[in-house]
Amino acid sequence: MSLSSIHAAVLPEDRADILYHSYDGGGAEISGPSYLVRKKFSESVSASVNHYVDSVSSASIDVITRASPYTEERTENSLSVDYLHEKTLISVGITESIENDFDATTFSFGISQDMFGDLTTIGMSFALGDNIIGETGNDTFSEEATVRSYRFSLSQVMTKDLIMAFTLETITDEGFLNNPYRAIRYIDPLDPLNYIYDDEVYPNTRTSHAAAIRGKYYLPFRAALHGGFRVFSDDWGIEAQTYEIGYTWPYSEALTLEFNFRFYDQTKADFYSDLFPFPDAQNFLARDKEMSTFTSNTLGLGAHYKFIKNGSGFIKRGSVNFSWDYIQFDYEDFRDLTVAGVPPGQEPLYEQDANVIRAFVSIWF
Amino acid sequence: MKNIILFSSLIMFLQGCSSIEPWVKPYERAHLADPIMEFGRDPISENYIHHVYDSRESARGAGIATGGGCGCN
Repeated sequence: MSLSSIHAAVLPEDRADILYHSYDGGGAEISGPSYLVRKKFSESVSASVNHYVDSVSSASIDVITRASPYTEERTENSLSVDYLHEKTLISVGITESIENDFDATTFSFGISQDMFGDLTTIGMSFALGDNIIGETGNDTFSEEATVRSYRFSLSQVMTKDLIMAFTLETITDEGFLNNPYRAIRYIDPLDPLNYIYDDEVYPNTRTSHAAAIRGKYYLPFRAALHGGFRVFSDDWGIEAQTYEIGYTWPYSEALTLEFNFRFYDQTKADFYSDLFPFPDAQNFLARDKEMSTFTSNTLGLGAHYKFIKNGSGFIKRGSVNFSWDYIQFDYEDFRDLTVAGVPPGQEPLYEQDANVIRAFVSIWF
Repeated sequence: MKNIILFSSLIMFLQGCSSIEPWVKPYERAHLADPIMEFGRDPISENYIHHVYDSRESARGAGIATGGGCGCN
């Protein structure tokens, strides 16, 4: 959960970042680079480009219980342009994501305005995404989905040490919303000690609402405490809460350390079940673990080291940064089907953990 | 589109209120201007961790928007 700087009526600084990211958990390894360059072209126009790659090697529980481990790559490119006029900032952007079985194009538009002596920033944005979904090994399969998001944000300087931010976002989906590789299971009518896989059936529409409030407080000594809370619900019956707390500690002039904890809790979709009693038990059917009841806990540590503080040449500042997050997922109604020899519905509940690494170098010029 | 027009009208209306006396004076904002007080200080890093959560949890929105597939099958 994050948002942009409190200084909305200022163009972002020119900078370049090179990041290596890695996610290792639940049998999946996803890593790759990301490059970002932001540059001002005048006092009122700034642009940024980002190139991002996911190299996926997966033997997750979803894969090993239904198919063979696989590797693939996702590439994402984005361009955004910001235009500043007095205290109004207008942003437009396009993002294109390509993988062998999923193409997504997203257009975005946003406007924000500083007011009340620059103590308040109010903003709104809209994004429209078109997705084309394929299926590896099935050339005849091609489906589409459209995603629209509407977002309102308000950030407010409360005191000389406290800033708060409030965000509302509604997202609507229309089209093919399944994951074509996932399946449900039901009890074999001829053998209650066995189960049979079948296709998932999702609704063709989804509407969700999220509201978040966040705050950051400057402590009596040079350090900052931040917290956040987000509440979420959608018309599939899922409700979720996210809690975050963190501490930013400048250990020395050059080194800043960060500590974060995040807790997430969600209920299942109305049409989710780990095991259906018979075929076509209801009109919509899902067994995605992302649709189940579960919690996740994240513990995060970060370090930022400034290697150039007051550069006089092309580079003004530079930093090297490292973050490690450990995430634990505990599922309450999604069972581990790699365990054999037990009746359907008696398998142990699934759990997984993940290590997430971000290592990056930033320069400001 | 209706929402955009409504919101743009609201912004223009509120611009008329911009003469309100700020209760935190510009010379009192040294702490707020400290880089440790920035939300989302490193967009390249923030975008990535939000994509990690968006791909594995059903909740979405009111954070940083991300696009594309999840690479999480």
